Amino acid sequence: MAYFIQQLINGLTLGAIYGLIAIGYTMVYGIIGMINFAHGEIYMIGAFISVITFLVLQSVGMGFVPLVLVVMLIASMLFTSVYGWTIERIAYRPLRRAPRLAALISAIGMSIALQNYVQLTQGARVKALAPIISGGMTLFEQNGFEVRLSYLQIFIIILTMALMAGFSYLIDRTPLGRQQRACEQDRTMAALVGVNVDRTISTTFVMGAALAAVAGMMVTLYYGVVDFFIGFLAGVKAFTAAVLGGIGSLPGAMLGGLLIGLIEAFWSAYFTIEYKDVATFSILVLVLIFRPTGLLGKPEIEKV
Amino acid sequence: MTAVPMTEPMGQSLLDVEHLTMRFGGLTAIDDLSFTARRKEITSIIGPNGAGKTTVFNCLTGFYKPTVGRLKLSHPEKGEHYLERMDGFRIAQVADVGRTFQNIRLFPKMTVLENLIVAQHNVLMRASAFAVAGLFGLARYRDAEKAAVEKACHWLEKVNLIERADWEAGNLPYGDQRRLEIARAMCIDPVLLCLDEPAAGLNPRESLELNTLLTAIRDEQGIGILLIEHDMSVVMGISDHIVVLDHGRKISDGDPNFVRNDPTVIKAYLGEEEEEGDHA
Repeated sequence: MAYFIQQLINGLTLGAIYGLIAIGYTMVYGIIGMINFAHGEIYMIGAFISVITFLVLQSVGMGFVPLVLVVMLIASMLFTSVYGWTIERIAYRPLRRAPRLAALISAIGMSIALQNYVQLTQGARVKALAPIISGGMTLFEQNGFEVRLSYLQIFIIILTMALMAGFSYLIDRTPLGRQQRACEQDRTMAALVGVNVDRTISTTFVMGAALAAVAGMMVTLYYGVVDFFIGFLAGVKAFTAAVLGGIGSLPGAMLGGLLIGLIEAFWSAYFTIEYKDVATFSILVLVLIFRPTGLLGKPEIEKV
Repeated sequence: MTAVPMTEPMGQSLLDVEHLTMRFGGLTAIDDLSFTARRKEITSIIGPNGAGKTTVFNCLTGFYKPTVGRLKLSHPEKGEHYLERMDGFRIAQVADVGRTFQNIRLFPKMTVLENLIVAQHNVLMRASAFAVAGLFGLARYRDAEKAAVEKACHWLEKVNLIERADWEAGNLPYGDQRRLEIARAMCIDPVLLCLDEPAAGLNPRESLELNTLLTAIRDEQGIGILLIEHDMSVVMGISDHIVVLDHGRKISDGDPNFVRNDPTVIKAYLGEEEEEGDHA
């Protein structure tokens, strides 16, 4: 039982991170009907920027942890947003009227280009980061097995929940979100009531990128290592999460992310850790076969 | 852009279409069309199928860039705009031209009320400082939103949909969707309202109500309405001015009485001279 709860905690933490990345996939899909395969790279860049920010802060001698975290968060969200905006501008917007396949290929190209760009500028070696938030609490003990909840896990889960709540509110209640939903349902008509469709799409990319940056920073803190290739696997898993939840559905992405995180944690714990990715992607295959619209996605229902 | 003060006589011209030509490859959909629509008037564009009526609308609302021609909108407050040079969304945002479609295009998954609020989003975006204030629920934004809801309700009452404000727009009956589309176009505060077959699919009672609604909009809002319609009871009943197209060319232009008795119009519709029927 204790072991189970421990895995539940680990799975939820991991799932929160996947969920944040998945939101970016699902929002972009909702608004322009395209899978942004460069999104995983955006997340990787977010992770790198948070490492760089941390090193810069350390070199100027700033050691107050909450402040360090806030600065890291803001810096990585900011810079990564710029990346998200730029990618949309140069790789997708010129292809807006082209067949979907063209945009998809452009996305894959962008993803490879970004990976190599980071590899060249930051080096191919793994970057390690000393733990910033350490410590934790022991929830309970059973048969000599301690169930531990680290402060970092609490931080990740709370930050994720706050961001997701904020985002849902933004999409449901603010003019910006309404504008996004309008573009998503009928872009032509949205333009005819005066919505700047191009800007709305850019905003969507920026929002997705900012969330991916948070995920990138959390992973950096959680695992303590980053390299230029982490975006691929995380990206594909988050994509799986988005499909599992129902691509285009915001709550679906959150739910899908959590489920993928849990599946991975439990599979690693009770079966073989080597096959955890196989388990995850088998889920993708099963979902595509038996429920192509995902858990929460009904065809043509509220999606952003 | 300099706003030229308007000094023209009564019956202020609102839209001047000058030598509009639209070619698609070898096909000329509109051929040297010129006409004027005035404020406080309903200008109807009629003509047989394929005459190029909807193409005129698509040029006006930025879907097509005309091959030749000028589309001058004389906005009573904001000066002159040349619609052929503007991006689609700016035509709605800056030049204040509203439009509806032949095949209704609402935001089907939003509520009726939300459909009308989206149309006011430019005001709301400014008030919410691009969603930042909206996120924190600041007072200025709350006031703006309240005003937007009030305006939406005003139009919902006008089109008799206030009781269905919370319905999903896609679930409304057909006639209601038509009226909602008009209400939504009115929520952008247009100076020119382009309606593409608003009476299509309406029963006689509903199209009578539509007549009342459109004349009320014309008289109370003082805006110009451009109407494409096949239903002659609507066209003849409420138009101040009719432009008749056939094969992309203007064949007649005048008030309903003139057009109704114009032999070229009768010929275009019926093939040869015959008395006017309700052939549409």
